[in-house]
Order: sequence, then C-alpha cells, then structure tokens
Amino acid sequence: MNGLKQHYAKIIVWAILLTIPYWFTYIGGYLGLANEIVIYALAAMALNFLLGFTGVLSFGHAAFFGLGAYGTALTIKFLVPSTLVGLAVGVLTATVAGMVIGALIIKRRGVYFAMATIAFGQLFFFIANRWNSVTGGDDGVGNWHRMPINLGFTTIPLFHNSLVYYYFTLLLFALAVGAMGLLLDGPFGRSLMAIRENERRARFLGINIELHVWISFVISTAICGLAGGMLALLDNFVNPRDLRFDLSGVLVVMAVMGGMRSFWGPLLGAAIFQWLREVLSSHTPNWQTYIGIVFVLVVLFFRRGILGFKLSTVKS
Amino acid sequence: MSLLQIDHVSRHFGKLIAVNDVSLNVEPGELRAIIGPNGAGKTTFFNMISGFFPPTSGTISFDGENITKLTPEQRVARGMARTFQITEIFPELNVAGNLRIAVESAAGFRMKPWLNGAEKKLVADRIDELLTLGNLTTSAHDEVGALSHGDQRAVEIMMAMALRPKILLLDEPAAGMGDQETYDVSRLIRRVHREQKLTIMLVEHDMRVVFNLADRIMVLAEGALLAEGTPDEIAQSDVVQQAYLGKEADLGKEAA
Repeated sequence: MNGLKQHYAKIIVWAILLTIPYWFTYIGGYLGLANEIVIYALAAMALNFLLGFTGVLSFGHAAFFGLGAYGTALTIKFLVPSTLVGLAVGVLTATVAGMVIGALIIKRRGVYFAMATIAFGQLFFFIANRWNSVTGGDDGVGNWHRMPINLGFTTIPLFHNSLVYYYFTLLLFALAVGAMGLLLDGPFGRSLMAIRENERRARFLGINIELHVWISFVISTAICGLAGGMLALLDNFVNPRDLRFDLSGVLVVMAVMGGMRSFWGPLLGAAIFQWLREVLSSHTPNWQTYIGIVFVLVVLFFRRGILGFKLSTVKS
Repeated sequence: MSLLQIDHVSRHFGKLIAVNDVSLNVEPGELRAIIGPNGAGKTTFFNMISGFFPPTSGTISFDGENITKLTPEQRVARGMARTFQITEIFPELNVAGNLRIAVESAAGFRMKPWLNGAEKKLVADRIDELLTLGNLTTSAHDEVGALSHGDQRAVEIMMAMALRPKILLLDEPAAGMGDQETYDVSRLIRRVHREQKLTIMLVEHDMRVVFNLADRIMVLAEGALLAEGTPDEIAQSDVVQQAYLGKEADLGKEAA
C-alpha cells in the first residue's frame, strides 16, 4: 500500500461512510441506498481480493453471495431466529462451497477458471430457483425478518431501526475490509501479488501457486457470503436473482469500473453503479444500457478504473 | 559426492526426441556451462532439471536425493534456484519489492498474514545484503520495468540468490544483451560464484561468457552429449569443432 495516499483515502472513505446517513438525503439518496452501497461494495471488494490482488477472475461470485443470503434467511426462518446465528450459517455455507469448488477448479487458469466459476454459479441458481419446498423457488424466501440482538443488559434494535442496522453492517464491513487490508499488507498478500504479477517467477521462488490461489478464493467467497447475508437481512427477503450470474457480472463491473488495482476502487464502483441504477431506473427500463455506456467509457479512458492512478503496491 | 547427478535422462515430445540419454555430474563449487547449437535440447535439459516437466526416462538426483518427479516448489525448498532466458521478475514493483517477495518466501514467511519486529528486521537486512551483492543499492526504489536489461537480470539473479540455493541454474543469462551488459552480467556471475562458493550451471549462446566463466563445459548436439571437458579441451576438440563450432571455432580459441 502506498503510504500517505492510502492513509488519506482511508480517512476520506471512513468519514463518508460514518456520516452518510445524515446528509445523503440532501443529495437525493436515502438510507437504504447507502446500506446497499456498503453491502455491494463489500462483495465487490471481496471479489477484487481475488481479481485485483491475486490476478484470478471469477465470474461466479454471485453463487457465494447468494449462498450467504439463503443460508442466513433459511436459518432465521426455519432453524434459529437469531441474526448472528443466521449470518454465521450464511458465511459458513458460502465458505464451505468456496472450499469445495475452489479445490475442484484451482488447476484451471484464466478463461477456463472463469468459465468453471460461471458453471458452478449457475448450478446454485438452478437449485435455488427449482427447489420450491425449501427455497421457495422463484418466489424467494419471505415471511421472516432480521432479529434484534439481545446483549443481556440491553437489546440492539436491528429490525425496527434501519439506522442501527446501517451501522451494524458498517461494523461488519469494517471488520472484513480491515482483515483484507491487513492480509494484503503482509507477506501472504505479497505472495498473492507475486502470483498476479508473474506466476512463473512466483512458482520458482517456492510459492505454492495452487494453495495460495485457493486460500485467496476461499477468503473471497467467505466475505462475499457475508455481504449476501447482510443484503438478505437488509431486505428481510431473498430471491434467486441474488445468486444469478448477472450479479456476478455486476460485481466484476463494480470492481473494474472503480479500479481493480486500488483497494478502495470497488467501493467507488459499487457506489457509482448503485447510484446510477437508482437514478436511471426511475426514468427508463433500459437503465443497464446507460450503465454499460459509462462502463465502456471508464474502461476506454481510465484503463485501471477510476481510482486506478498508478500505485506501487509494494513499498520497500 | 556430486551435488547434481543426472543419469541417462531422455525427453520425448511425441516423435521428437529433444534430449537423448544424457548423463552428467556437477560437483559442489563448480561452474558448469552447457553449450550447443539451436535445437540441441539445452533448454529442454534445463527445464527437466528445474522441474518444469519430468524426463520421459532417467533419473535426476540432487544432494543425494532422487528429485526426478518433484515440483518446482519442492526443488526450490531443496536448494535449487533458476533464472530464465527472458527475465522473469515482477515488473510493476520496485527492486526492493521484488527482492522482498523472494526473501520472505525464502524465510518461510509466504503464508504469514503479518510479521513481528524481529522478522521484519531479518527481511530488511537480507534485502540490503542482496542489494549490495547485486550492485543494486542505488536503484532499490526504481520500478524494475524501467531498468536496463542488465540490471533486470541482476535483480532476477539476486531473487534467485535470496533463496540461498545450493545450485543456481542460469538459462542464457546474457541473452539479448549488448557488450557492456554482457560484461557486467558475467562479472556478477563470477563474483557470486567466488564469494559465495556457489555451484552454478548455465546455458549460454555467447561463447565469450562461456569460455570466460566455466570450469567445465558440456556440449549438446541434437539432444545428445557430444563432449565434455575444460574450456581448453572443448576449444581444441576436433569433434566439437566439426559438429558444432564450425566457423566459430576461431572465436572459441581466442576466448580461451
């Protein structure tokens, strides 16, 4: 991480995220939109841990996002009416799926890896869409809601107070993003970047490529699952679109648009994407066309994404 | 005991026999060169030793252990390091950043999420040592992609040295270089060889480099071992002159 620039970026990002509920309405936003931005940003940053910092493209991350969402929703609805247990099960489901799928496809590289991720992603979409008795099929999972967290001496009113829920997601966001930032700043993160930069050289420095990519993939899917669980809790609802492959594409667009070589790039990408969707979709059903145009322009004129000014990622 | 022992190694690609029944011993502390015309099987031979692919038949032993079927990572762990004909480095990082990854990997830190103070100091000191050894101290903070070809090669060799190898394999270290750079790289190789008493095996096209540096030379032609000996013996060998050096024979004698 480039010292000073990263430091300022961090301060600015956190200042905005912490205060946004109090001024977002003045520029036409609302709390739910801010909350969605935080959640999709986390998913896009998790994807980018793999894409931008390990150099491996997954087009199937919606599967893990969706597994997190379904795991959370189904647990709260049918098993344990607890927000934290639900989230934990959601994250665990996504992580285990990530471990298994990762192990199956890790030997493939480049386009073949991306294709394999699409295939597995679609597998989960069809399960969710067809297994009516458990997943509610195309109707999704409704008739449940996130639960307040009882701490004994007091209760956190997650359900009835959206502002509290926003800060709850922001806390989880901070923990997950902090963990990723810490990893990328250490030897393990540098091993990942070595693989991204030059796989052959990394291998002949004694780095076990498959193992490193696998761990990176699992971390990425776990955090993506966390984001999915958070979205389910925000909406008090899940539907199969949360794990359809177009969401995988959206996450890639967010990461690439914001700048996949910069740590905070996907956050900016997610903000722009969600904001444009909000503004455009009230005017036209073809809002995706316009987002597409913006995406093309960004890719053409900022080849490293909007935040992609050149950063030397490993300081001496 | 030989450090590297290669017994009757062959490699076939379909019907093509790239390397045919080659045996070779490299003694500790030796600087061994492999020469041969294009298509002689030098690179294939080299790739089998470093673990790119296994031989079709034959065995490779290193430091008393049969390593024929080991992966590159496993060979690195046993003390083998290599460079490539086309320099393989991390182009977007600076010189110290490149060395850092090599040093951390060599120290066994590559899976660690973070380092404590003592570990950080260990890494920093080792990077400084390598910068000095490779004459790279002044360019420590330059992005390697912007360095000259010769300096990039020095970075690559130092990354290999970071692994504290028992043997260093250099695949055409002077490939694509001008006279000055070739001279500098040769000097660096000689220095590393002498100061660290390191066993080195290199493949090279540039005869000046080979006859200047090597203790012993092995000549490959059409996948088979043609001759082996000291630079003098090779330069004067009729077989080698007829089959390989041809018009370059004079050059070989001159350099020797």
